[in-house]
Amino acid sequence: MAWQRKILRVDLTAGTCTSEALNMDWAMAYLGQRGLATKYFVEEVAPSVEPLSPANKLIFATGPLTGTMASTGGRYSVITKGPLTGAIACSNSGGYWGAELKMAGWDMIILEGRAASPVYLHIENDTATLHDASALWGKTTWDVEPALRKIHQDSQLKISSIGRAGENGVLYAAVINDLHRAAGRSGVGAVMGSKNLKAIAVRGTKGVAGIKDPKAFMKATQAAKAVLAGNGVTGEGLPKFGTQVLMNVINEVGAMPTRNFRDVQFEGAKDISAEAMHAPRETDGKANLVTNQACFGCTIACGRISKLDQTHYTVVNKPEYWAASGGLEYEAAWALGSANGVNDLEALTYANFVCNEDGFDPISFGATVGAVMELYQMGVLTKEQLGIEAPFGSAKALTYFAECTAKGEGFGPEIGLGSKRLTAKYGHPDLSMTVKGQEFPAYDPRGIQGMGLAYATSNRGACHLRGYTVASEILGIPVKTDPLETDGKAGLVKAFQDATAVFDSAGICVFTSFAWTLVDVAPQLEAACEGDWSLDNLNVVGERIWNMERQFNNAAGFTNKDDNLPKRLLTEAAKTGPAKGLVAGLDKMLPEYYAERGWDTEGRPTATTLERLSL
Amino acid sequence: MPATIRVTLKLYASLGKHLPPDHRRSNEITLDVKPDAVMADLVEPFGVPPPACFLVLVNGVFLPPSQRPTSTFSEGDVIAIWPPVAGG
Ligand code: SF4
Repeated sequence: MAWQRKILRVDLTAGTCTSEALNMDWAMAYLGQRGLATKYFVEEVAPSVEPLSPANKLIFATGPLTGTMASTGGRYSVITKGPLTGAIACSNSGGYWGAELKMAGWDMIILEGRAASPVYLHIENDTATLHDASALWGKTTWDVEPALRKIHQDSQLKISSIGRAGENGVLYAAVINDLHRAAGRSGVGAVMGSKNLKAIAVRGTKGVAGIKDPKAFMKATQAAKAVLAGNGVTGEGLPKFGTQVLMNVINEVGAMPTRNFRDVQFEGAKDISAEAMHAPRETDGKANLVTNQACFGCTIACGRISKLDQTHYTVVNKPEYWAASGGLEYEAAWALGSANGVNDLEALTYANFVCNEDGFDPISFGATVGAVMELYQMGVLTKEQLGIEAPFGSAKALTYFAECTAKGEGFGPEIGLGSKRLTAKYGHPDLSMTVKGQEFPAYDPRGIQGMGLAYATSNRGACHLRGYTVASEILGIPVKTDPLETDGKAGLVKAFQDATAVFDSAGICVFTSFAWTLVDVAPQLEAACEGDWSLDNLNVVGERIWNMERQFNNAAGFTNKDDNLPKRLLTEAAKTGPAKGLVAGLDKMLPEYYAERGWDTEGRPTATTLERLSL
Repeated sequence: MPATIRVTLKLYASLGKHLPPDHRRSNEITLDVKPDAVMADLVEPFGVPPPACFLVLVNGVFLPPSQRPTSTFSEGDVIAIWPPVAGG
């Protein structure tokens, strides 16, 4: 058993911390992390719950492989009902915090209620206590981490916290750990803020005991690590160039959403790409990228660490931003850059630093700025309202908006609503590039058709991490499919969605799936955990988790009408590139997808499907 | 039939270093090649072994490995090539 078999329940209203045994029957059916925590969530929380009310719960969950020697075994997820979408939210983060929680002896923390005043949770192995956080409220995540280490005189404390965005109710506020790793999407940080919980500081020295068959586990993890090392993507491409290598790829294939999805190719992509991050700057001769970085136990090390040009307008006389910190990943570079037509790499890096510092999702933020810039170009929003001129391409507007959103000043609180609410407020809801209220990531479904279906059906709103068919459609992993075709995409999307649910529930990083399939994951789980983790059963577990999430959303009021894409993508054809003349062919794929899933035409799992999955 | 056609070769990620120094920042170079040139004829002069070419796009469209030894190009084509890469 690689589970610690113990969960921590924190009643913030009563101020109590209690230990409970993990429900092992559920662990056998839902594995851990995303699956198991969602099972707890749907059992304990009414689908109709108001996301920012005390009745909503917030779960921090590890997987059975978290904290073990499995490669990338440092992951944790934050599960709640998301304030941005009103759907199930599950955001996954790396870094070191998840492994630390596991090594303190806990599989997950369930937080409920609301503290009367700001608190933080301190966990030292078996001991969990709530403390006054009044002095930390209003501080950034970058200030909170050293402050808590000082208070507890423990340089090894690992900390997850919210910045001012989470306190101020930015609907896409993130939870940040280890300074720049984020449970980034769907506003899990806003839920944490609504509970008056500033941070969770953990110290765990117990390790992960009780691996079922240590020798077999060592063998299985070593074999799996050899697969990662020998694969060109995970062994070489990701460590050297990070996810950002996609910037030029996606631009070449004509699936780069640009200027709020008006265009599918960005003329400035080369200036904000992985290659640009490696190139010496003209100003100081140094490269933006300093090094790569690994999360706990990761043998891929895709993380980017960057240093800003000290003479850049964003940081002149601001030495707090001169140190090396979390650099641009592809999604952030796209959302802060192409989505707004901004090609200033240093400005994007600065905006990304601010997103980490004050804890908000650069994807939803950047995409919302894209909508604001379009409204500005149309004359709907003015300089007077915004506090700055904001045409597409303005780096100054982008970084100004980042600061306003971080601090809750000026037009920031409006940007903090996300593009769905903001564009509706100003009378142009069609300009919101969202599904279920969540902003799209960096792939235009007109140029990568499968992603349109993946976005439309994602249980947490538009998202690339729920079914990354880009791997197949563009990169040929595991097999190449035609990105412009809709045929066959229903089955492809389902397969990616179900497999990803297993990766997210095991405690490992989904980026391993560029080299691993469940065939590589199964032996690691089988050696570590009691229960049936054969390939066949893992496929069922993944599908079960997907349907459980779907059922929660259906009960929360979502219907087949919400499995949709914005009008722009369905009616305005791509203007350039291989997809020129194409719109997203969702109507061709969705009925087939429902059939593949065993759902009725309204998008509800049928009784037969539920029975087959033991739901 | 013209003696040569003009195409643009783009080499990205770790393949970029094979380009002449003044083309590394833009990752691209314009080439005049014989009309019957295939992918290997484009990359080999720069010291790029064809097996290192993992993702090959011609005007943004995937060129399958099976067609790389035989597929020729047209005037103005843009051939973009990457080693094994992925992201998310
Ligand atoms: S692949 Fe990247 S994101 Fe995933 S665990 Fe490793 S360093 Fe972290």
